Amino acid sequence: MSEVIKKFLYVNRKAPYGTIYAQEALEVVLIGAAFDQDVSLAFLDDGVFQLTRGQDTKETGLKNFSPTFRALGDYEVTRLYVEQESLDERGLTLDDLQDIQYEDEDDDYAEKPSIIVVSRARMGEVMADQDVILSF
Amino acid sequence: MATLHTVNKSPFQNQTLISCLGHAKAGDSVLLIEDGVYGAMSGNAMSEVVAGMGANVKLFVLGADMKARGIDAARMAGGFTSVDYEGFVDMAASCDRVQNWL
Repeated sequence: MSEVIKKFLYVNRKAPYGTIYAQEALEVVLIGAAFDQDVSLAFLDDGVFQLTRGQDTKETGLKNFSPTFRALGDYEVTRLYVEQESLDERGLTLDDLQDIQYEDEDDDYAEKPSIIVVSRARMGEVMADQDVILSF
Repeated sequence: MATLHTVNKSPFQNQTLISCLGHAKAGDSVLLIEDGVYGAMSGNAMSEVVAGMGANVKLFVLGADMKARGIDAARMAGGFTSVDYEGFVDMAASCDRVQNWL
């Protein structure tokens, strides 16, 4: 168990399925979650496409890893920063994204949204507030 | 509290450099490496965009990667400083965090 808790940000800037980056990022997040660090995820540029609802990969033979995002709360990964400008540029709104929630153990396990929509300027501040940034 | 940003993609291939410059904070350093060095050239379609968006950050380019691609130092855009590998390591060691834009 580490004594020092560091702030880790996993930055996702690629669409799912076209490359392996998105799926690998999720694997690393799940592995990293075992180390009791302060973990959050950022989705910007084409990375916002990873969170869309209704992904169905059956006909492609690829693994649909999008449901895994809804399990992150169980690993105490409860902050998914999504960039507003990146959504806007792609004609997406919050309604196009999966409903991702976590149970807040400090609030009688109330279900709360994990997705936090932020401006590009705010995303820059979130990045500047980290100890470690891992990019995918 | 400064960040060293590295960019390894050509700005003619995708939006990575633009996204980096759109998120970097004033006083951060942006180092162009590998195919990213094409973003440090003057006199092309991206030069003005890079100069404008990069006005508040320190711009660097890895000299070895420019030389490897036959980009003469005379074609380096104003505002950029060329560094060698040792300089790259010094920058990584002296900043608070490194963010690699892939």
